[in-house]
Amino acid sequence: MSLLVDMQGIEKRFPGVHALKGVQFDLIAGEVHALMGENGAGKSTLMKILSGVYERDDGIVRINGKDAHFSGPREAQDEGVGIIHQELSLMNDLTVAQNIFIGREPHNRFGILDEAALNRNARAIFDDMNVVMDVTAEVGSLTIALQQMVEIAKALSYRSRVLIMDEPTAALNEAETNELFTIIHKMKSEGVGVIYISHKMDEIKRVSDRITVMRDGEYVGTLNSDETPISTIISMMVGRELNHEEMVAPDLTKAPIALEVNNLNRGRFVRDVSFSVKKGEILGFAGLMGAGRTEVARVIFGADQRESGEIRVHGKTCDIQSPSDAVKAGIGYLSEDRKHFGLVLGMNVRSNIAMASMQRFTGFGGLLDEAGMAASADEYIGQLGIRTPSDRQEVRLLSGGNQQKVVIAKWLLRDCDVLIFDEPTRGVDVGAKSEIYRILTELAEDGKAIIVISSELPEVLRVSHRIAVMCEGRLTGFLPAHASQEDIMLLATKTMHAPMKSTSHADGTMP
Amino acid sequence: MNNAASQTGRGGVVSLKERLAGAQHRLWAFSGLIILLVGFSIASPNFFQTTNIISILQATSVNGVLAIAATLVIISGGIDLSVGTLMTFCAVIGGVLLTNMGLPMYIGIPGALLAGLASGAVSGFFIAKLNIPPFIATLGMMLVFKGLSLAICAGRPIYFNDTEGFSEISTGSIIGELIPALPIPNGVLILFLVAMGAAFILSRTVLGRFIFALGSNEEALRLSGIKVERWKIVVYSLAGGVCAIAGILLASRINSAQPAIGQGYELDAIAAVVIGGTSLSGGRGTMLGTMIGALIISVVANGLRILSVPQEWQIVVTGSIIILAVYADMLRRKK
Repeated sequence: MSLLVDMQGIEKRFPGVHALKGVQFDLIAGEVHALMGENGAGKSTLMKILSGVYERDDGIVRINGKDAHFSGPREAQDEGVGIIHQELSLMNDLTVAQNIFIGREPHNRFGILDEAALNRNARAIFDDMNVVMDVTAEVGSLTIALQQMVEIAKALSYRSRVLIMDEPTAALNEAETNELFTIIHKMKSEGVGVIYISHKMDEIKRVSDRITVMRDGEYVGTLNSDETPISTIISMMVGRELNHEEMVAPDLTKAPIALEVNNLNRGRFVRDVSFSVKKGEILGFAGLMGAGRTEVARVIFGADQRESGEIRVHGKTCDIQSPSDAVKAGIGYLSEDRKHFGLVLGMNVRSNIAMASMQRFTGFGGLLDEAGMAASADEYIGQLGIRTPSDRQEVRLLSGGNQQKVVIAKWLLRDCDVLIFDEPTRGVDVGAKSEIYRILTELAEDGKAIIVISSELPEVLRVSHRIAVMCEGRLTGFLPAHASQEDIMLLATKTMHAPMKSTSHADGTMP
Repeated sequence: MNNAASQTGRGGVVSLKERLAGAQHRLWAFSGLIILLVGFSIASPNFFQTTNIISILQATSVNGVLAIAATLVIISGGIDLSVGTLMTFCAVIGGVLLTNMGLPMYIGIPGALLAGLASGAVSGFFIAKLNIPPFIATLGMMLVFKGLSLAICAGRPIYFNDTEGFSEISTGSIIGELIPALPIPNGVLILFLVAMGAAFILSRTVLGRFIFALGSNEEALRLSGIKVERWKIVVYSLAGGVCAIAGILLASRINSAQPAIGQGYELDAIAAVVIGGTSLSGGRGTMLGTMIGALIISVVANGLRILSVPQEWQIVVTGSIIILAVYADMLRRKK
């Protein structure tokens, strides 16, 4: 059996961090080899070494049995190693074809481009992938799923024999994920070796042949996928057994309603939405990508204007026109993109926690009460178990899970009774996930009304007392805590019309 | 076969639609220009006269060429504050070569162009290799060029009286000699040629593709295995070369290299770029838009002068137009 990739004893140090400690990894032609580990385990670093983005400090890399030393992404590409980065790395203002062949444009002796040949070559790649794509569309106008296809086409255009996919389905819905898997199978049959990084266990089981687990920059082990139960993989990743307590929905029949929404409307994504959440209740929102869950949250929070409908908090009608109205009414929104909307990354923990409550800490002449802010911050650092050296640590230096806790602290300090969590565990590793679930449950026990929007069904089922399911901007039904995944999927695909085509204005659709 | 053909057809249609969408802002700016022309023509009979139109074009030539340099840099995601004083610096170098050293034009002018290319490359080096933010690096270079110009000619202008034909570069009219009814000055012709050349580079060459890619997502370009630093230096260097052309045009028009002028020109150039719809965050923009932007600035200045509006108020109007143009662009994008 010939090894496409053989990495042995890989060492990598960054200032202050020993990122990779003697890691090994190999890849056989025609297999999908999953690489797993918590955030910070070193997966991405290892792959960046394989794809020439970083140089290794020590160790051996062999490609097809030949020693390889890449000093840049270009050299790795020339050796047939392609990578699809976690953050899509495309140029939004350029067309699909221009993106795929950037730096390799067909041109004549004078550097004048042959745009027709460029588009022709790009079209050939998509034809090969069996994907319908308008190669002259600007990439920025495509859906995330189609952009993902562009990334794959780009990697394939290098005639890659090794293709690294870092979290390729993070932004894809079920159908799009299936498309991706079809393409992966096709590549496998052509002898391409795929390295697949993902946090989604069910996907790993579906798509991969072998699994390698890393933890804290070290190699833990390699297993055959079909012989390994998910629980084994998880305990290898976290180094301990995780206990999955069963969710017990509390009796809320006597609890008062905290938030009530009637006939909310806004555009395509919020259509006639009505629901209520009781004090102490966790209402989960499930649905496919683009079902309108985030849009509903944004309208309730006043980040987008509603076209019609009524929002009542504690029985009182609130005319929420802006986030500041919502906060006054006691509604807090924890965005799915906390780095952009939830936190000021360059500021410290203390300031971030106080951010929404600055008035409380503002004294005469606009002076800030630093001592009071520090006291509040310390209180929440203790209560939520935020792991930080001090409240003066910059937030960007914290892990994803701890950053999320800082956002939670911010809204708790603001006395919000209604908390909307949008994808609360995105980018948070397995260990910190269960901690956030625990915090959610505790907040509910304290009498907060909580809405949790999540694209991961196991997560919705794990935390919710009740589950609302959306499809195409409508609420298609409510389910009790112990619903099955199938029940949810049934409601999540309950469309009113024939399935819509892709929404990209470039009119690109997948077959 | 059939499939491929239909795909090509569809691609053609979509790309046309895309192109129309992209042309929207230019269309908007262009209608603004037309409205200004019509308005001033109605307001004053002296406005729409051949001599006045030609003087507007002549007044646009220097700022237009500078705006082309600024457009290249801005599309690549950078900014160049040194275009004005670099223009002057190149004119002074031209003066040293032609007047002080008495060299012929075929050496003096390429010499000035070379000075522009090299100076731009220096800015590019600071930005690409030393990672100094473009705003700071070119702010510094702006002062460096200004100081160098003053130092080289000891504060006094250099005149080109001894260089025969030098003033013809800008004020002569090759077109006028061929078609006497159309005495378009060479400066305007040069502006047109430079704009065409820059537009060609942007749309048809590898360099142009990389300029857009740099402004769109520099990291993606780096991860595609392209030597980003080298291309950035090329962009600033090319812009420097274009500034040198502006310097020669200006020197030829006033038949001298004036070391004290230049600062402030960069703002007019950037204004033209912005009015023309180029995004200051990079990745988007066109030469045609920049040309329309430069014309709008000249037309407003000229028209208000004809209407005897004091110069102070002309400046206020230009400033308002910039804000209006950018706001209109934002409205369009939001849609």
